Amino acid sequence: MKSEDILRGLRDRDPRGIARAISLVEENDPLADEILSSLDDALVAEAMILGITGPPGAGKSTLTDRVIAKYRLKGKRVGVIAVDPSSPISGGALLGDRVRMMGHALDKDVVVRSMATRGRLGGLCAAAGAAMRILASSGCSVIIIETVGVGQSEMDIIRIADITALVLAPGLGDDIQAMKAGLLEVADILIVNKADCPGAEALAMDMESIAREGGSKEKDRAKVCMTVASEGKGIDELLAAIETVDASHRESGERRTRREKAYDLEVLEWALEMIKPSIIEKINTWNHDRKGAPRLQAAKLLGRECVRISE
Amino acid sequence: MPEQKKTHRVLIGKPGLDGHDRGAKFLARALRDAGFEVVYTGIRRTPEEIAAAAVQEDVSAVGLSLLSGAHMSLFPAVVQALKNAGAGDIPVLGGGIIPDEDIDLLKEAGISEVYTPGTPVEKIIAAFRSACEKQEARRT
Ligand code: B12
Ligand SMILES: Nc1nc2c(ncn2[C@@H]2O[C@H](COP(=O)(O)OP(=O)(O)O)[C@@H](O)[C@H]2O)c(=O)[nH]1
Ligand SMILES: [Mg+2]
Repeated sequence: MKSEDILRGLRDRDPRGIARAISLVEENDPLADEILSSLDDALVAEAMILGITGPPGAGKSTLTDRVIAKYRLKGKRVGVIAVDPSSPISGGALLGDRVRMMGHALDKDVVVRSMATRGRLGGLCAAAGAAMRILASSGCSVIIIETVGVGQSEMDIIRIADITALVLAPGLGDDIQAMKAGLLEVADILIVNKADCPGAEALAMDMESIAREGGSKEKDRAKVCMTVASEGKGIDELLAAIETVDASHRESGERRTRREKAYDLEVLEWALEMIKPSIIEKINTWNHDRKGAPRLQAAKLLGRECVRISE
Repeated sequence: MPEQKKTHRVLIGKPGLDGHDRGAKFLARALRDAGFEVVYTGIRRTPEEIAAAAVQEDVSAVGLSLLSGAHMSLFPAVVQALKNAGAGDIPVLGGGIIPDEDIDLLKEAGISEVYTPGTPVEKIIAAFRSACEKQEARRT
């Protein structure tokens, strides 16, 4: 496909054009700039970005499938970015989230894209932000980003999403302990999935008590929802919780604050990404003696008199 | 820094009612371990669903696995569904329990490679790599 074809495809919501556009951005193709500058900012600003995160096997993909169906009933065009980790050894990845969403495969208004992290930590791939913009620009007014989140360090999703839901399920005990301090603090909605399984009630009570620590006012606290994704139970309540959070974020200005922060952070990351090669080039060609502490060498490399990192 | 090699994206699909998914999953893992990004569709998909997924995922090749004997109708149906979706350029490879006399007929019907039990996995990976490279060069 030529660049005009891809740009036209994007405008016309042609599935192949959208898919090629995401790939070209993911591969840092020279066409990426042209694609990204052709996007519709107003649509990007209006879309609702919902992050769904949690440990493997909690039911994120099954839940995503159900949430898609509900938004389709409301007439919304839905985009999904399903992120799975790349193998650090081979660089390959098994992208299996789509298996649970194949029921929507023939619906032209459901665009599912599987992406691998490609070596990036934090559970989100570098191109997810761009993919989100491309999907929004192609008319998706709801965009769901599914990521594996198991530890405190995996908080990237929060930065890019307007609303973050953390999915837990009974029987994943240790993971939940590890997450308490991290993701639980920033999740807007705590979903206890597999409510049909033993231990769900206790987990939900645990979540309620954690949510209560989040604030004295009801509206500042994370909402707790119980679902049986495999049977489609509790999804209406989940959508209601999403709507409540969204309305309150819009009213308080939280939605705008998050968007602005996410935007600036993405700019910072791309800026760092862009200056990195020139620094690598300097290190590779620099005739230094590899003596002394590397951080002192770094200052010298950049022509600074001393190491000053935070000011 | 080494020149970054392009990551190949492929889709492994199982059309029709055949529930034998060991081979498909085995192949998906083998391709992942060889550095491919592999989208798996799960069992019991229609040719149209597989084609739509291949388009949305922008894969460079589609692999179909069938052990039930329905390959003569289902493999060409996927090729046709891809054409209908404007993606007739994406190469389709196939494998599973397929009698020798069917292989040439499948190739005439647009399946680029067909592999049966006993094929070393390295050979299959090489076939996917070469199909992806050709497709990516053509597509630019
Ligand atoms: C294991 C097995 C099962 C398991 C399946 C488990 C599972 N989840 O996969 C169970 C017990 C459930 C089963 C059930 C049945 N089975 Co069965 N099963 C087998 C058996 C013994 C091995 C298949 C296998 O897993 N091989 C291991 C994998 C790794 O090999 P593979 O899939 O062939 O893949 C290799 C190649 O073919 C190739 N390849 C495969 N896919 C692809 C794709 C691409 C793109 C490429 C390039 C290459 C490629 O690469 C792989 C590596 O070399 C075969 C006999 C046999 N020797 O093959 C019968 C066999 C496939 N089964 C058969 C039958 C009839 C059935 C049943 C209908 C039996 C019944 N009456 O109930 C049911 C139907 C199940 C269903 N829902 O569809 C027949 C099919 C006959 C036919 N095609 O005409 C076979 C051939 C046995 C026979 N000789 O009669 N089966
Ligand atoms: N019992 C039960 N199983 C579920 C439920 N939701 C999902 N599952 C199953 O849990 C497994 C993992 O689901 P999946 O959506 O792939 O989880 P993910 O890894 O978080 O995306 C699958 O076998 C699902 O069928 C549920 O509410 N109850
Ligand atoms: Mg999943």
